[in-house]
Amino acid sequence: MKNFKSPIHTLALVATAFGSSFVYAEAQDDPLLTSVMIDQLEKGVQSGDATRVSAQAWLGYDLNKLWLKVDSEYTNSDEQDLEIQALYSHAIAPYWNVQMGVRQDTKPTPTRHWAVLGVQGLAPYFFDIDAALFVGEEGRTALRLSVEQDWLITQRLILTPEFEINAYSKKDETINIGSGLSDISAGLRLRYEITRKFAPYIGLDWSQKLGNTADLVRSDGESTGDTQFVVGVKAWF
Amino acid sequence: MTQSKSPLDRSNKQAQPAFANKVLSRRQFVFGASAILALTTIPFSKNALANTMAQSLTPLSGKVFELTIDYKTVNITGEPARATVINQLLPGPLLRWKEGDTVTLRVKNNLDHDTSLHWHGMILPTGMDGVPGLSFKGIKPGETFEYQFPVKQSGTYWYHSHSGFQEQTGAYGAIVIDPEEADPVVFDREHVVMLSDWSNEAPESIYANLKKQSDYYNYHERTMSDLFSDIKTQGLVNTWKARSMWNQQRMSDRDISDVTGATYTYLMNGNSPAQPWQALFKAGEKVRLRVINSSAMTIFDVRIPGLKMTVVASDGQNIQPVIVDEFRIGVAEVYDVIVEPEVDNAYCFFAQSIDRSGYAIGNLTSDYALSAKVPTMDPMPILTHGDMGMNMEHMDHSKMPMGEGAMQGMDHSKMPMGEGAMQGMDHSKMPMGEGAMQGMDHSKMPMSEDAMQGMDHSKMPMGVLGVAGYGSNSDIKHLDSESGPQVDMRVDTPKSGLNDPGIGLRDHQEKYHRKVLTYADIKGLHATRDTRQPSREIQLHLTGNMDRYMWSINGIKFADSEPLELTYGERLRITLINDTMMIHPMHLHGMWSELETGDPDYIPRKHTVMVQPGSKISYLVTADALGQWAYHCHLLYHMPGMFRKVVVK
Repeated sequence: MKNFKSPIHTLALVATAFGSSFVYAEAQDDPLLTSVMIDQLEKGVQSGDATRVSAQAWLGYDLNKLWLKVDSEYTNSDEQDLEIQALYSHAIAPYWNVQMGVRQDTKPTPTRHWAVLGVQGLAPYFFDIDAALFVGEEGRTALRLSVEQDWLITQRLILTPEFEINAYSKKDETINIGSGLSDISAGLRLRYEITRKFAPYIGLDWSQKLGNTADLVRSDGESTGDTQFVVGVKAWF
Repeated sequence: MTQSKSPLDRSNKQAQPAFANKVLSRRQFVFGASAILALTTIPFSKNALANTMAQSLTPLSGKVFELTIDYKTVNITGEPARATVINQLLPGPLLRWKEGDTVTLRVKNNLDHDTSLHWHGMILPTGMDGVPGLSFKGIKPGETFEYQFPVKQSGTYWYHSHSGFQEQTGAYGAIVIDPEEADPVVFDREHVVMLSDWSNEAPESIYANLKKQSDYYNYHERTMSDLFSDIKTQGLVNTWKARSMWNQQRMSDRDISDVTGATYTYLMNGNSPAQPWQALFKAGEKVRLRVINSSAMTIFDVRIPGLKMTVVASDGQNIQPVIVDEFRIGVAEVYDVIVEPEVDNAYCFFAQSIDRSGYAIGNLTSDYALSAKVPTMDPMPILTHGDMGMNMEHMDHSKMPMGEGAMQGMDHSKMPMGEGAMQGMDHSKMPMGEGAMQGMDHSKMPMSEDAMQGMDHSKMPMGVLGVAGYGSNSDIKHLDSESGPQVDMRVDTPKSGLNDPGIGLRDHQEKYHRKVLTYADIKGLHATRDTRQPSREIQLHLTGNMDRYMWSINGIKFADSEPLELTYGERLRITLINDTMMIHPMHLHGMWSELETGDPDYIPRKHTVMVQPGSKISYLVTADALGQWAYHCHLLYHMPGMFRKVVVK
């Protein structure tokens, strides 16, 4: 992370130096900022459970940002997922950003590439939404919707239910994806914000393969559903 | 003991020789330094420590001042942190001027960055106003800038850096100007009370944190237990109804302060509550307290349990005395109050932050051995639908804190209802449901001759503009620029901010029998100087997106804005409409903001005016100062965006 941050920092400093036309400030109203958000860094408590990382990083201004999203799951060398999205995020409404760019699924192999068009923002009733359409090679398309909400038990103890669903237009047998709804997952994580930026948590993560995808997975002799108790940390800077 | 010879102790008529102050200030400084030294080596009892450590402001008086701005490591919270200080002091020295003098201030910059000093509330030539980019180029590192201007006013003011976020880190100080003629305010003793907020975090980090998570410092958010208790007391259906508006709007009714006691330590004359500031009085004295809010972000509610306060000046300008128990002081505002303790005792000067996340305290005592009890803070304010400027139809009147204040916008009895004025009011366009109209008691409308007598119809502008002194009655218009991702709220039916004590204070009269100052109580001591009617009205909407932490005026941030152009000599009205849920203390440089509080003959002059959430307020301006001036929200982290250049030509 340190290596990742430093070039961005340097870039930010350089850009700030060139961009500072407003001497009232040096405090510009809209400085170039960077953020790295580790939403989930967690391990299932049972041996053989996966280690998961879900992180985002951005560089930019109030309304326009370059945005990275990384999702990774590692059980063992045969069983791993790594997905990276590089996006341009543009504010279109008070609570909504349009995000477009590319996604690369490095693991499992073979690598898949997608173009991304998504919306991310805060819906009424404080639902955090991330919805995206992915357009891949050979006419493959996919949809993903994830929703989460923070429930404050106290000012620092926060319960976060979350939900994600994926769908694919076309079968991709080599990586065990069937057409139609492919998987659904739900989580319930209880974190304690020691500081705003650092919060360890415990949680329950449930996932289920669906439809044709479930059939493919089953025919490989793997399980189609999984429930894990997880411990992890959420952090950002 | 520094306080025992407070240089501000003086009789009203006898001016202190300048040299005495200087001698005293040097002594005080040396004493302060040795006290800090002593602290590290000698174990003091806690009480003795408090007395030794409490600092008063260090006064400098005369006509020529040498000021240097430096970094300095200070320890306010128990951890060292870097401050920006003036003459090695936090707050900077108290500058004592005399009306009629010309003062010279040589300001040396020992920082790595540009700096500046702005003389807040002073009427002076534009080049001396100290706003980099508008008045001058700023003071470069290592350079000295000489300010020189005639002092044409008296009262309590303050000064601060107008560069970057230096103000947050300590670059501020008080100004007291003695009047040329006899002071109409009679007092035996005076103390300056400078309130501020201190954080060990760098201000740039605070700003970045807010941009990344706007409720970063808010540890008073609604929790599930609040929800359950609401359901228990109000039932599920009512709770759902009450919550649904906030939830649909994606806003929090607990969003009171952007930056809170989670990072701030609130200071009084530079002293934290752990080492309260102390000040002496003798029983029977009239004690003048010059209260200045030099915070970056904190609005305070001030009271002294056991003492009535007579407010005698607002923003340095004398007003008709108002006796209150409590007043709210916005960032950059100034109030002078007189207290008259009748017996020897100790009183707590208590300034709680508006969100009740902390307080600054001082001990006002007849004897340093006596310490006043610190009161508990009042409950945290919770925003109402009315603070969102919600259409009245949807409001539950029974639960709204609708005193006269909130209804003021509809209080026709106070409106000069000539035909001219009536023309400006188009009731058909007022978005009022029948429900709202029921709240208006037309039977009490004094459309009688009595009410009309005070009005000279011949002088009234028979157009849409409201009469000078009474505020605006123009339609609320939102510009196209108010739409977009930078604006999260627009208020169509703002209430009047004049009679409203404000969030968290509305029930204090009823609940605690505390009279709270409102803007409607403030009338100038002297007759209105410029009695012309406004020739035009500028309507400005204070806008923002809390979630993205973006602030603007009319939806346009300063960087993208055109200057507001005023014609030299013109008399105009500025009407501010707060399209956000936060109070914005708006500060116009160079010219007075003459707040229309309902008496055209005694319009008070202010330099900073709080605009309450979902409310509107109007003031008159005489554009009598050529040049370029700043006009902005004085909340430091709103200022970069919620800012306009004003050009008078």
